Formats: sequence, C-alpha cells, structure tokens
Amino acid sequence: MVQTLWAIGLAVAFACVPAFTARAADPCTAFVGARLIPVGQPEIAAGTLLIRGGTIAAVGPVDAVSIPADATRVDAGGLVIMPGLVDTHSHVGGGQGGDASGPVQPDVRILDSINVHDVGFRKCLAGGLTTLNIMPGSGHLASGQTVYVKLRKAATIDDILYRDAGGRPLGGLKMANGTNSQRDPPFPGTRGKAAAIVRQKFVKAIAYRDKLAKAGGDTEKLPDRDLELEALVDVLEKRKIVHHHCHRADDIITVLRLREEFGFEAVLHHVSEAWKVAPEIARAGVGCSVIVLDSPGGKIEAADFSLVTGAVLEEAGVPCAIHTDDPVTDSRLFLRTAALAVRAGMTRGKALEALTLAGAKMLGLHDRIGSLEVGKDADLVVLSGDPLSTHTKVLQTYVQGQKVFDRDDPEDRLFAVGGFGASRDQRAESCCNGPTKVGAMR
Amino acid sequence: MSSGRREIHLGHLAAAAGGVCLAWASLCHGGETLVVRGDVVHTMAGPAIAAGVVVIEGGKIRAVGAAATTPIPPHARELRGAIVTPGLVDAHSVVGLSGYLNQPQDQDQLDPVEAIQPELRAIDAYNPQERLIEWLRGFGVTTIHTGHAPGALVAGQTMVVKLAGTTADAAVLRPVAMVAATLGDSARATGDGADTKSPGTRSKAVAMLRAEFVKAREYARKRQLADESKRPDPDLRLEALGNVLARDWPLLVTADRATDIASALRIADEFQLRVVLDSAAEAYLLADQIKAAGVPVIVHPTMRRAGGGGETENLSFETAATLAKAGIPIALQSGYESYVPKTRVVLFEAGLAAAHGLSFPQALAAITIDAAKIIGVADRVGSLEVGKDADIAIFDGDPFEYTTHCTGVVIDGQVMSTEPR
Repeated sequence: MVQTLWAIGLAVAFACVPAFTARAADPCTAFVGARLIPVGQPEIAAGTLLIRGGTIAAVGPVDAVSIPADATRVDAGGLVIMPGLVDTHSHVGGGQGGDASGPVQPDVRILDSINVHDVGFRKCLAGGLTTLNIMPGSGHLASGQTVYVKLRKAATIDDILYRDAGGRPLGGLKMANGTNSQRDPPFPGTRGKAAAIVRQKFVKAIAYRDKLAKAGGDTEKLPDRDLELEALVDVLEKRKIVHHHCHRADDIITVLRLREEFGFEAVLHHVSEAWKVAPEIARAGVGCSVIVLDSPGGKIEAADFSLVTGAVLEEAGVPCAIHTDDPVTDSRLFLRTAALAVRAGMTRGKALEALTLAGAKMLGLHDRIGSLEVGKDADLVVLSGDPLSTHTKVLQTYVQGQKVFDRDDPEDRLFAVGGFGASRDQRAESCCNGPTKVGAMR
Repeated sequence: MSSGRREIHLGHLAAAAGGVCLAWASLCHGGETLVVRGDVVHTMAGPAIAAGVVVIEGGKIRAVGAAATTPIPPHARELRGAIVTPGLVDAHSVVGLSGYLNQPQDQDQLDPVEAIQPELRAIDAYNPQERLIEWLRGFGVTTIHTGHAPGALVAGQTMVVKLAGTTADAAVLRPVAMVAATLGDSARATGDGADTKSPGTRSKAVAMLRAEFVKAREYARKRQLADESKRPDPDLRLEALGNVLARDWPLLVTADRATDIASALRIADEFQLRVVLDSAAEAYLLADQIKAAGVPVIVHPTMRRAGGGGETENLSFETAATLAKAGIPIALQSGYESYVPKTRVVLFEAGLAAAHGLSFPQALAAITIDAAKIIGVADRVGSLEVGKDADIAIFDGDPFEYTTHCTGVVIDGQVMSTEPR
C-alpha cells in the first residue's frame, strides 16, 4: 500500500509535467506491464516506467502511473526492467595507463588512449552495462587516472565522458599493491618498499599543496606546475577517489592505513581476502568492489579467493559493488557474477544493488544513475526474465532513453552471442590497411 | 545457503525393517550402503525418474528406480536432494598438472623443450592434493580428463581420474586416455626469440606431424622384423605414436581456426587415426566435414574469452548447440586457463550452453554420459545404471541455474561433501 501511494505520488508529481531537464516536447516512452526492479526500493510486479527526454519521469505500478497522450507505449508484459548496470572496474577499449618508466604515474590519463570503436563496448551493451569506470592496469603503484564513461553511441571518447560542473572529465586514480606492481627498480621489490614509495609521493604532494595555498593565487609565488603532484592533490582534496587494487588481507589493511594517514577516499577493488578482514573494512567505512571468479588461483594473491566475499561484506555492513575486470570476466555475463554471489549467500537485493546503485555511489554518480528513480538518467536494461537466471537474456539496453542495444538486431545479436566476425573491430585495430569493416562503427 | 544439510540417517527405521536385511543379504555384507533420493533422478540411461532413488553398495550402483518400487535397504545412510545426476564428467581439463598458484613449481602441464613429446605421461605429473580438485568436486564434478595442455605440437599424454584418492595411482581411472596435440598459434614459435624446435608456420607444423607419424609407422614395421638384429632399439616416443597409429589411443587435437580443424581431419584421414577435436572455436564453419569424418568434439568452455583477436575471435556461445544439431557427438570442458581464474567449472559451462540452444538433457549429457563416451570411460561412469561406479551429484534445484547449490557429492560410494556449494 505504501508502495502504491508512493507511486501515485510520483505519477501525480512527474508523469505529465516536465521533469528536471526534460521538456514537455521531448519524446516520451512508456514501458507498460514489466516487472520493475528499481534497486533500493521494493520490486514492482507489474509496473509502468515512463521516460521523457532521456530522463526517468515516473516509476510505479501499472494502475498508478498515468500515461501521457504523447507517449509511445511499449508493451513490456512478461519482461523485467532494471537500471543500466554500472561497472566500477573495466579495461574495455584497449586503454593504457603508465609505462615502464616508473611505479607512480598519476599524471597519465587513460582517456587519452581509449578506442571507442573497440568491440568490447558493444559487448558491454549486450550485457546491459551503461556506465563504466575504465581503469589502467595494476602493474604500478599508481598507474594513472581512470575515466567514467556513459555508453552512448560515440565517435570519440569525448562523446561518452562523464563531466563535472566545470566540464572536466570525471574519474579516479588507479592504485595497486601486492604482487602485480612488484618489479625491478625503479619499481618496488617488496611490500614495505611499495608503501614507502607511495608515502613519499603523498608527502611531496602535501608540500606542493601547501605551496599552492601559500601563494594564494599570486603567480609570482606559485610553484612550477607539476601534473603528477596536481593529480595527487586532487586525491588529497577528495576531488578524485582512489580505486585501489588489492587482494591479500594484509594488502587491504595497508591501503586502509595509508588512507587513514593521508585522508584520501578509496574504494577497495577485487579484495579476494576481504572475507578475512571484513570487520576492519567496515570500521574504516570504506566500500569494496568485488570480483567474482569461477575459481581461486591463477596468481598467488588470488589463492584464497572465495565466492563468499560478497555475503561476508554484506553481513559486516560494508558497501559492496561487483565488477567485471573485463577481460578477466565477460561484460556480457555481468549479471551472472551477481548470481554467483547470491549462490554463496549474498542477498538478492544487495547483489542487484552491487551491479548498480552501489557502484554508482562509489563513482559519485548516484545522483544521476544506479536506480530507477524519477529525475535520474533513463539508463535501462530490458531482460527476458529474472536477472539472476542462467536463461535470462538482455533484450534491450537504453542509455538516456536511446536504444543502444537490441537483441533482435542481427548485428547486435552477433556481439551478444558471438560467431563469425564478432570481434571484427579488434581485427581492424590490429591491422593497418584502412577503415574498419562495415558495421563495426556507429 | 539456508538449505542446510540434507543428510538423513534412517537408524530409527532399523528395528522395524530389521528383517529386510535378509532380503538385502548382499548389501549387508558388501561394505557401506548408501541411499540417494531425488525429487528427480536423471540417470542419463533412460527417462528421468520422479521421486527416484539410487541404492549403492560397495562403491557400485546396486539399484536405480522409483522410490515406491525399489527395495530400500535398512540402516543405510541417506542423502537427498531436488535433483540427482551422475557425478559430472569434465571432458578436458589440466587440473592436477596446472596448479592453482600458477607459479613455475606447480605448472607441469607443458614442457617447452621439444615440439613433439608423446611419451610424457600424465600420471607422472598429476597431483591429487591440488586445491582446485576440491574446488571442482564441490560443484559435483567427480571425473576429469586431464593431462598435458594445449600449447605444443604434441604435448604429451592425457589421463582420466576420479577426483578422490591421495595418490595418482588411487585416483586413476584410465592411465592413458589420449595424446594431446595442438594445431594453431599456441604451438607455433613466433617472434625474434622463437625457438627453432617448434614449427614456425602452420604448414611446418603439419609437415612435422606427418614426418613423425611416418617415422613411427616405419619404426613399428621394423620392430616386427624377423631378424632381431635389424629391429630398432626401443623408442618410447615412437612407441607412443605407434599406439595412436594403431588406434589404441586417440589423438586429441586442439584446433580453433577452421584451417587447423581441416588439417586435423586431413591428418586423421591420411593416417587413419582416431581423432577427437578439442576447443574448435570455428567448428560451426565445418560441421558437415566433421560430421562426415565421424569425429567427436570436446567443445571449448562456453564462456571462453575471445582474447585479442586471433584464433578465438569467432567464438560463439552457440557452438555446442550448432554441433549437436548437426549430429556431431559433443562434450563440454573446463579447458585450460593461464591466469585468473585458474580453472573454469564444467557445470557452469554447460549451464551457459543450455541457455544458448542445447536442451537440458543434451547439456547434462555433455558433462556426463556423452563426455564419458568420448574419453572412453562410459563403462564405469557417466550414468546411473546398475553395476556402474557410484559417482553422484545432488542439487537443490536446476543444476544449470546460477543460484542452485550442489549439496552432495559421492565418488565410488564415498560421500565426499555435503556442504552446499
């Protein structure tokens, strides 16, 4: 009943009036009869989702949402609609971060290297992903700045960036500890050395920040501009969050220690052994983005990987997202990873949140995405059935109200299922004989 | 995880049913008796049985049928679940040779020194204590075909083991299953630092393989010469290839590109070998030829990644279904993973195949009876039939659903685990 009233309220408030940036003249679409999974709110068995001008205009039970006269009506009976999936950790697009010159390269931006025509983006849409945090690798202590992208159709990376109010691209800083970043000098050879290098860099960044503050805008007194330290100051000032690769329990604790010492914000990524230190993570109030794998091992720091991590973190009250780490897991099967977490004890609600709203919060984008709420971007996945079933297919994916994947489209289906030519743009990328094959670009 | 343990002891029935022991004389004297009940029992040797039961004694299946009509021995330990299947059979893995740490000291699946080494035996490298064995078993896998990995022209032998036992000898079901060969990029030496022993091109690879089989044929002929002094000294490498030429051991050819699959069929025809195709990403392009050659296919893991273009760029979730539809015998596998995760789980791969065109019975057969047939152990495992090994998997729902748990695993009548996984 409360649910119904809530929905009626929304319908009255928003269904027939412009919502936020949407104008009454913008095209309006009504998905009618679907099971709606809003995330963060109870599921609606038979609901109507109204979108106008790329924004969600109403969400509620069928009998509680009135459909405007100008709306295009889509019969979604028997289908399931949930928010576009948010992947907090992806390597799609062939992006590169820092090179072999040193272990700390926060000035390097992955956005300067991403191929938006990479077939990987098409496969993401086939999996229902609409927002990604694209990261450089974990072979450095700090391998570069990450970028948050919205999977609109794109000709260049600029078309898919999330930007702040000042127009600057949004992203975090990728950091890593453990074995991946241990190499010959100038890279660290031990865990102690790794932490010492990071600590030294942050101490320098603090001094730089203080000089900037002292100069008070006086160009005579300003220190020479240092892009590395500038990026670290962004981290110290919490304008950029640290996305930190860590597997082993002691590596997780090291991140928490450095974070405490320097006061930055962090999300712990992968966290194979978080199940051993969940209370400590909970006390620190730090969120985790978990990888869900088919088995432990493959490298020493993932030896104690367990499927129960999501469940243990949930029980400890730790905010928990799930990520693909594509290519480690397949973006087309992102829903599957949440289902495996449920198999190992995570609740259905938290697992679905881990694919959407929890990730959106970790990227600071939860005002715009991550749930079916009025005023949020109309980023949607239309499913053939329950999101946790093996047999369920992503039928359509929408970004800001635009259909960007349709399983009925033979080309889209090829990317969803695979087959001859399903990796075609990677082929074009690795060759040098002219334009990409027909159909690979849009 | 709320389903808990589903194990029931029928001790309280003992007194009432004590007399039945006479009727079950053989059971009462032949070792531990176990009763497994399922809301549905998929025997893979006939229609599924509703409210079915499997009776086990001495490590073998003694009875299978509807619970209402099958005599149930008293005093037996009892397991039950929604779905009961044969223990799952993974038609191709490297677990036990390629360890979970992925460090040099636990990687014995491939010796890079020479291109052709069919004399390498899997049993000499198999580690039954490997942690991934317990991992796979927890999901209902009880038998694997494992051994030398793809990545050399002829990498070595493979074997079939049960996922039980503390020594390789105790685990082994078939000490030599096949000889593993690879046609394709992973078996080619490329780049500046390429070693000269491996073939540099596809043509060279096939030429080397043909040369070695010709040599083995000559060797086999000369070993039979009447004049003992003219017989060549024993050569384990040529002996091994001789077993392939004699069709005692199939040649397992890992090949993804249609070109390489065609080469495998050509070699099979030329030397009249028993070939089993492995991985076969582009097999759907040659379904007619594969069918005509009568060659079975152990299809790549359904969820295998199409990494970086090259041989696997045309992978499809639907390949298993396409081949099955063409009438080609297929099985599914966990395959070989070089990084994270260190192994796949064949149950999950079958689930995805079932979601992409294989029927439920086809997908289950691809990881039970059909897999057992292709790897040559169907007389022992792969179906629930009287006289076969008592290898059983128990599930609390549709085994192919992501959120279903495997709640019991039995190997040779021994309960290996009952913790829901």
